[in-house]
Amino acid sequence: MMMDLYQYLFAPFADYGFMRHALIACLALALGSGPIGTFLVLRRMSLMGDAMSHAILPGAAIGFLIAGLSLWAMSAGGLVVGLAVALLAGLISRVTDLREDASLAGFYLMSLAAGVLIVSLRGSNVDLLHVLFGSILSVDDQALFLVAGIASLTLIALALIYRPLVAECFDPGFLRAVAGRGSLYHVIFLVLVVLNLVAGFQALGTLMAVGLMMLPAAAARFWVIEVWSLAALSIIIAFASGWIGLLVSYHLDLPSGPAIILTAGVFYVASLLIGRHGSVRTRFFPGAHFHEH
Amino acid sequence: MKRLFAPLILGWLACATPAFAAPLNVVASFSVLGDIVKEVGGDKINLKVLVGPDGDAHTFEPAPIDARELHNADLVFMNGLHLESWMEKLVKASDTKADIVVASTGIIVREMNDDGKTIPDPHAWQDLANGAIYVRNIEAALSAANPADAATYKSNAKVLLARLAQLDKWTRAEIATVPAAKRKVITTHDAFGYFGAAYGVIFFAPSGLSTEAEATAGSLGRLIDQIKHEKINALFIENMTDPRLMNTIARETGAKLGGELFSDALSPADGPAPTYPAMFENNVPKLVAAMKLN
Repeated sequence: MMMDLYQYLFAPFADYGFMRHALIACLALALGSGPIGTFLVLRRMSLMGDAMSHAILPGAAIGFLIAGLSLWAMSAGGLVVGLAVALLAGLISRVTDLREDASLAGFYLMSLAAGVLIVSLRGSNVDLLHVLFGSILSVDDQALFLVAGIASLTLIALALIYRPLVAECFDPGFLRAVAGRGSLYHVIFLVLVVLNLVAGFQALGTLMAVGLMMLPAAAARFWVIEVWSLAALSIIIAFASGWIGLLVSYHLDLPSGPAIILTAGVFYVASLLIGRHGSVRTRFFPGAHFHEH
Repeated sequence: MKRLFAPLILGWLACATPAFAAPLNVVASFSVLGDIVKEVGGDKINLKVLVGPDGDAHTFEPAPIDARELHNADLVFMNGLHLESWMEKLVKASDTKADIVVASTGIIVREMNDDGKTIPDPHAWQDLANGAIYVRNIEAALSAANPADAATYKSNAKVLLARLAQLDKWTRAEIATVPAAKRKVITTHDAFGYFGAAYGVIFFAPSGLSTEAEATAGSLGRLIDQIKHEKINALFIENMTDPRLMNTIARETGAKLGGELFSDALSPADGPAPTYPAMFENNVPKLVAAMKLN
């Protein structure tokens, strides 16, 4: 019995280096994306992650066209274009009447179209999407360093701007009250969002990266209240999704990226059905169990 | 004087007719086929190739300009065997009057297992004997479309056929230098079924027949076990797929990356495999060197 359990849950990681690499990449992604996702949910910017991931794709494509399959060129390209889109959208919303979500939508759509244009202008029809959508199974040491580095940087930066960020989540007027510093925190946060999407893009592919950012954070909302515990639970759910998803991919022969994100999706659906706070269960079956408030 | 005059007129006609007739507008679907058509047609045809060097004919997405090329063509060559899944739509969209010639007509089709489905393997040109059939089909189609230049096509085809026969002999001799038990190779997608069958090499692939399939953790694990078990060191990347997966396998098994093989597309003119024969001249020595390490 114990042997069976070991065979199912641990043996694939003990036997294969690529499974260990993938698992560590998931841990690093979870540590960075969990808290970032939490703040995106709290700041009602959940869809922004999605928009930004589309904006990053063309940047990475340009990096690939210039330097070939170089981790650094593609990451730098994604970072530059992603930041440009985020900051421009923020700037436009400040100097014109257009709201930030609308201007962001405008810029990311332009960026996406430009990316498709650049790719097809190159003439030859290399399957660029194949190249751009990294596979977590082929994460090498370099990519691991990048992802782990970004996770560390994210945690340190979030620790430094934690208080003003939290304050702004619950009192949008706060940052305006502290004048110039407010937009500084906002910019730092945007940089962190883009950095984490770039990390996820190297490991999972851009569109998948948003999944590991948003689904655990949204699921955590149904279980805990405090910001720090939301972030911690998001990290745990994201890492568990990575672990279980990799095992599913291994045992059932399914592609790993979708397996990981769908596992996170199962956590999310289960949470919204039976979670402790504001779930379907508490809304329609307010039984005696679990009641603390 | 009169007797001299008649042959002169005939000679003048024979020379002048091709000079006044516009060259045949010919479209070929992808680079390997394009090169064969170019060799047979020579300067008597105007050739356009839809999927150029390093391009993937499996996942090609035609642009409007491709439909225009097709519309203006007198003759269109395609590989067939479901390689160009986009061709049918493109032909319809272009409203072309051109004859569509399937170059692989007459070869013995190998079947492939792709995710449990049995489908025909399109990569027939990887066997030089099939390449010769392509040459004959192309020569016949060009001659039928433009009988005036038939003699040129025929002599061009003869030169190319001799070249392919010699290349076939050389390939067999090269492979024969590797002990039979060591003739095993890993590559990114199984495009070498015909090559393997013709020249006695076993090819293993981490993903299915098509470059579209994404590898799963389970299949990657099984492949790594297999490589370790069979002690294969010959590991190859094709010229258009993501090399990262191969690097993972190399890291895990200690196998050496044997360099770039060309399978579905030729290289650009300044690359190592700009023509169909050059593709074999690039691939065979690399395969042989790597298999000797097994």
